[in-house]
Amino acid sequence: MLSEALLANETIAGLVAAHPAAVVDGTTRFDEITLTIEPAEIIATLAYLKYHQGFERLSTVTAVDRYPLDPRFELVYHLQSIARNLRLRLRTSVATEIASATIVYAGADWYEREVFDLFGVVFTGHPNLKRIMMPDDWEGHPLRRDFPTHGFKYSYGEQQ
Amino acid sequence: MSETILSPAVHLESEAGTTRRMTLNMGPQHPSTHGVLRVVLELDGEFIEKARPEIGYLHTGIEKQCEALNWQQVITLTDRVDYLANLSNNLCYSLAVEKLLGLEIPPKAQWMRVLLAELTRIGSHLVWLGTHALDMGAMTMFFLTFREREELLRLFEMLSGQRLMTSYIRIGGLALDPPRGWEKLVRAFLADFPSKIDEYETLLNNNPIWLRRTKGIGVIPVEQMLDIGITGPVIRAAGIPLDARKMTPYSSYEKFDFAVPTSTDNDVYARYAVRVAEMRESLKIVQQAMDGMPEGPTRADAHRVVLPEREKMKTQMEALIYHFKIVTEGIAVPEGEVFQVVESPRGELGYYVVSDGTAKPLRVHMRTPSFGNLQGLPRLIEKRQIADAIAVMGSLDFVLGDCDR
Repeated sequence: MLSEALLANETIAGLVAAHPAAVVDGTTRFDEITLTIEPAEIIATLAYLKYHQGFERLSTVTAVDRYPLDPRFELVYHLQSIARNLRLRLRTSVATEIASATIVYAGADWYEREVFDLFGVVFTGHPNLKRIMMPDDWEGHPLRRDFPTHGFKYSYGEQQ
Repeated sequence: MSETILSPAVHLESEAGTTRRMTLNMGPQHPSTHGVLRVVLELDGEFIEKARPEIGYLHTGIEKQCEALNWQQVITLTDRVDYLANLSNNLCYSLAVEKLLGLEIPPKAQWMRVLLAELTRIGSHLVWLGTHALDMGAMTMFFLTFREREELLRLFEMLSGQRLMTSYIRIGGLALDPPRGWEKLVRAFLADFPSKIDEYETLLNNNPIWLRRTKGIGVIPVEQMLDIGITGPVIRAAGIPLDARKMTPYSSYEKFDFAVPTSTDNDVYARYAVRVAEMRESLKIVQQAMDGMPEGPTRADAHRVVLPEREKMKTQMEALIYHFKIVTEGIAVPEGEVFQVVESPRGELGYYVVSDGTAKPLRVHMRTPSFGNLQGLPRLIEKRQIADAIAVMGSLDFVLGDCDR
């Protein structure tokens, strides 16, 4: 649950009031606020923060593979408000898929493609969910913890 | 144009009606893409109807490799992310890990880091200015800017032994104390360089070709730029003073007096003007860092993290033991996560570092400015001519290594 100190923060208090089911947990460490969000509420949360709290920028979307935990993928959104000079981190755990943030922040496009490519998380509603870093015919998702760093296969299209 | 003289990369598609669209591959090897970038252009005559950047040609799996190396070994990979701003990347990663470790960095190391980050900014802007002008036909600029960049590379080599892949900023401070005589090189550069910037401006500011190719080119509404994730000099040239050095100061930047140049014109010329102004501001910071350089050690007093001095290692048993443990086991970083942002020459550079308490990172994600800026390319060049695309690509100043990691 959220601590008193976090609830005193007007951004978070506003978010909890507008979307009571969204925020699961929150922490502050190294002056960085992290909110754990219910996966189904992520788009509503992002939209609220963008349009009502002035977070104009989505800095990055990435994932952390917590294998062998289930659900294994932690999606991490870093938001910034330039006018208020604030940063906020949203975190949500998913097993395979989540709604795409591109309808709120156009800049989420490539970041989500990267997460899809390297982790295999599917973003529903993404306009162009294709591999971005790896070749189109690549098998597997390299940034997963169970994908070996060395000795798996060669690239350059060689058939082994 | 008859079908027979077309190169294999060019396809003509005649659609029903009178318009004929051509799909053209710009890149992956094209002089104006500054690296291995492919842009698929759908053309209507000279006009770009649709542009689709294809990246990933320089994807080297750096983020994956980070998970296989010890914390301190990752520094060498950060050099290779943005090879024109390696010290900014060294700095960002070191700051992130130092936050997790709770390390206090001595003032001299902080000052040196600021100085090096600013010299890196100048060096990177010099490469940008030279290649950008070269793309537009002003070949002389390339020779002039690389002449000055050579001085900077010589300095980096003197400090770290390497011209490009310096790995000079380490977790806990600097790799080595700066050698004797390095101040002389910096002072000479400081004395010399302002006149060199004037020289560049004399060549470009009133150059009619340069003005016609840059003024009013590549303009989109600033809200769209923010939405798509553009940062750095490009967004500052659109009137938004987004600069991590001012907004969330790191490494004692709050103690330096400098301005964040902005412009409201939002075109290719404004980006040029902002970057040139930034070089002058960086010089101011370097001057202040030189004048106010504190005395003291350049490495934090943390025997479990920072390698002991060579002399101590040879004479004291504890130092030898810690040296052995750091090299063989690595350093254990407490559990936690940090998103450290610095202002790289290209824009917002962020390292999202996650530790699970072991000697290797659980995850290192680099939020690189080139990736964000390049994402905005289609919006900037669609409905414009191919020649403008060259100007816009130059003005974004992306490094493909930075983009693809």
